[in-house]
Amino acid sequence: MTTEQLGYASNLALVSATIVYALAMLSHIAEWASARKVVVREQPPAEAPRAELVAAGVPPAGPPAEGTAEGVAASATDAAPPTTGAEAELRTERFAQIGVSLTVLAFLVHLMGVAARGFAAGPRVPWGNMFEFATTGALAAVAAYLVALKLYRTQWLGLLVTGFAVVVLGVAMLTPVYVAPGPLVPALHSYWLAIHVSAAAISGGAFGVGALASVLYLLKSRAESRTPEVQGVWSRLPAAIEIDRIAYKVHAFAFPLWTFGALIAGPIWAYYAWSRFWGWDPKEVWALITWVVYAAYLHARATAGWQGRRASIIALVGFATFLFSFIGINLFGSGLHAYAGV
Amino acid sequence: MTDTRNRPGRTTKRAPALNTVEFLRWAWRQLTSMRIALVLLFLLAVAAIPGSLIPQSTVDPAAVFSFRENNPDLARWYDRLGMFDVFRSVWFGAIYLMLMVSLVGCIVPRTRLYWRSFRAKPPDAPSRLSRLPAHHRWVDSDDAETVAGRVEQALRDRRYRVRRYVDGSGRQVVAAENGQLREAGNLVFHLGIVVVLLAVAYGALFGFKGAALVVEKEGFSNTLTQYDEFTPGAWFDTTDLDPFTLTVRDFDVTFETAGEQRGAPRSFRADLGYVEQPGAKPAPYDLQVNHPLRVGSTSVFLVGHGYAPRVTVRDGDGDVAFRGPVPFLPQDGSYTSIGVVKVPDAQPEQLGFEGFFLPTQAFDETRGPYSAFPDALNPALVLTAYSGDLQMNTDEPQSVYVIEKDKLTQFKNDKGDPFRLLLRPGDTVKLPDGAGSFTFDGVSRAVRLQIGSSPGKLLALLAVIAATLGLIASLFIRPRRAWVRVDGSGGDTVVEVAGLDRVAGGNLVEAVEEIATATRRGPQEEAT
Repeated sequence: MTTEQLGYASNLALVSATIVYALAMLSHIAEWASARKVVVREQPPAEAPRAELVAAGVPPAGPPAEGTAEGVAASATDAAPPTTGAEAELRTERFAQIGVSLTVLAFLVHLMGVAARGFAAGPRVPWGNMFEFATTGALAAVAAYLVALKLYRTQWLGLLVTGFAVVVLGVAMLTPVYVAPGPLVPALHSYWLAIHVSAAAISGGAFGVGALASVLYLLKSRAESRTPEVQGVWSRLPAAIEIDRIAYKVHAFAFPLWTFGALIAGPIWAYYAWSRFWGWDPKEVWALITWVVYAAYLHARATAGWQGRRASIIALVGFATFLFSFIGINLFGSGLHAYAGV
Repeated sequence: MTDTRNRPGRTTKRAPALNTVEFLRWAWRQLTSMRIALVLLFLLAVAAIPGSLIPQSTVDPAAVFSFRENNPDLARWYDRLGMFDVFRSVWFGAIYLMLMVSLVGCIVPRTRLYWRSFRAKPPDAPSRLSRLPAHHRWVDSDDAETVAGRVEQALRDRRYRVRRYVDGSGRQVVAAENGQLREAGNLVFHLGIVVVLLAVAYGALFGFKGAALVVEKEGFSNTLTQYDEFTPGAWFDTTDLDPFTLTVRDFDVTFETAGEQRGAPRSFRADLGYVEQPGAKPAPYDLQVNHPLRVGSTSVFLVGHGYAPRVTVRDGDGDVAFRGPVPFLPQDGSYTSIGVVKVPDAQPEQLGFEGFFLPTQAFDETRGPYSAFPDALNPALVLTAYSGDLQMNTDEPQSVYVIEKDKLTQFKNDKGDPFRLLLRPGDTVKLPDGAGSFTFDGVSRAVRLQIGSSPGKLLALLAVIAATLGLIASLFIRPRRAWVRVDGSGGDTVVEVAGLDRVAGGNLVEAVEEIATATRRGPQEEAT
């Protein structure tokens, strides 16, 4: 295939991936919407008949129970309003599974899009400008989510992660960030491009997932502080302490990688390309700021009075500084990283 | 940093008579507390922000200059606050220094503590193992001695430090501990950061950096006078410059010729010949961006390029007053370059020329002549000419890109407009009134070399790698204690295994179960 054809294929794949992510997001929205009706033990809906409460009070433990629970729910719905707790729970689960499946599909298409971009532009690693960094970073975020899903069953992150992917891909393709695939300027002719930028993109993606988990932690811990028995939408989330644990794990993975990508690989490459390993270039300054804020996050978690909410807010500030060093600095248009596009 | 949770004796209450020693101790405790470390980290982050948004004189002096021109009042305040050189300002240094003190204040006592705990043997088993978060108990088919031996081996295989003893009741006890590298990693991480900062400071003091523009076919020798810019570190001795010379034999550059990125550079390569020291054999080197030349402790980087039109100027007497390449300064992506030709040897009056070099000259009604492409496809010189006194014999250093026009008179054409020369390679233009002639012989390229030495960079690199490895260890290693007690006194061999994690969130239960499964023999059900 020619460069144009590959570039076209890449764009097509990225557009398709965005659409499938959007569908996954819709499925997760449906999941959360139907979760509003799940298991209302203390405040049953006024119109709910007694029989449903029994079914609702004992949520099905696993797949074998599904058939019976559905049967109970179905028989109850003949005369009564259509939604029961158990049915809602089942439907919620099904929407969650559809969301996850669509996310995996979108991820594969997204991966093909990024790979095709690399072949179209070179072949070279597909992260030579803002557009390519954004698409690769979003890919890394979804990958981080899928790994966390496999290891820690974090499907509760699905809604925010798919939303994040849709926003990043949409912005990358619809704004002037988009540039057609092409070869690189001489400053980027280095294998450090592959090392430095991939480490930054992967840790950036993981920071993104960590930030989303921190948002959910803050919401859930607020819900928990209001009522000890959290219900409805928030019952889709695990206990706040568990979310915090996952958020920490993601950050603990991302932080050393960021240290390596931004503060080891970056300076080494800067030395070869620009003759100094550290020159207070705006991007370098912000990479350091991001590092310092995430270092503060890790320290906060070990400091009395700073765990939990405050630490999570620091993590969010950290991601904000990451986004600023990625987008803001390029928009201000100064510094040596300006060839990254826009 | 000192973990405030683990320091029961800490008090912030101020005693009425706080003498100097007490005050210093109080201040030290405050400074080395985790809370202050957090505040300092935030301060450092916030303090760095202006350094990225306000132009910095060390990064982009031209931007600082134009900022001063446009905002004179604000610039005065910025000057007072050191905003144009944030990273060398007093307040930034103060935060940085306090953070260093805080770091050292955290590392030293923790290292002492760690050393003590590292030498200590795994502690005795608690009296009631069943109270620990993970616990197993069974009756084994082997005797106590055998079980204890098996357990000891199993724990050693899992890289625990193991101590086996017999307790007061005659029971076999295996006490084990692992994951001590977590704290070691933590210390290495913090120590690594200190070493990085020291190494960087060392490099800044004993290194230098400089820049030189070298025209194709011409040479450069590494002495102070050949540099266009030279910034030595405070303790750098200029007699230590490595005595090499180099020649730019050829410079090759290619640009994107089509598409959206038309005009973007695609490759730069300079074919160098260099002589490491007088008398040594010349060696070739393919100098590229990302591929610097290293000679001795000095590195030579290709950081830019430009054009140097070759010109010949004859004076009113018909003699060649100047011949050679003159570097012009690129202004934009199309390499429209500005420059001057100074001819102090011209008779009867000195001559000066000022104007543009356009590598691919095009014409536009509004812009006049401009460069449409960065490569030299249709090169042209557009100049105006002056005669008089160039004032080159004063003490005031002059820029090679500017002529002092105070004592110069501009040549005019018949209409009284400035006399303008538009030349292509090979063209000669006669100046009015028989003042001489100007010939554009051709175009040479010039490379901008950054030359410098930064000792200590290898140390900084090793330290930052060690710090990162330490960081990984401190994030992922979980210190864990395990105890196994084997009681064979009652006829049966009753075995108890228990574990305790010192950091939450691990797989303690699974790990203890795994140890139990691996060491258990016999068909007995779990005893309760």
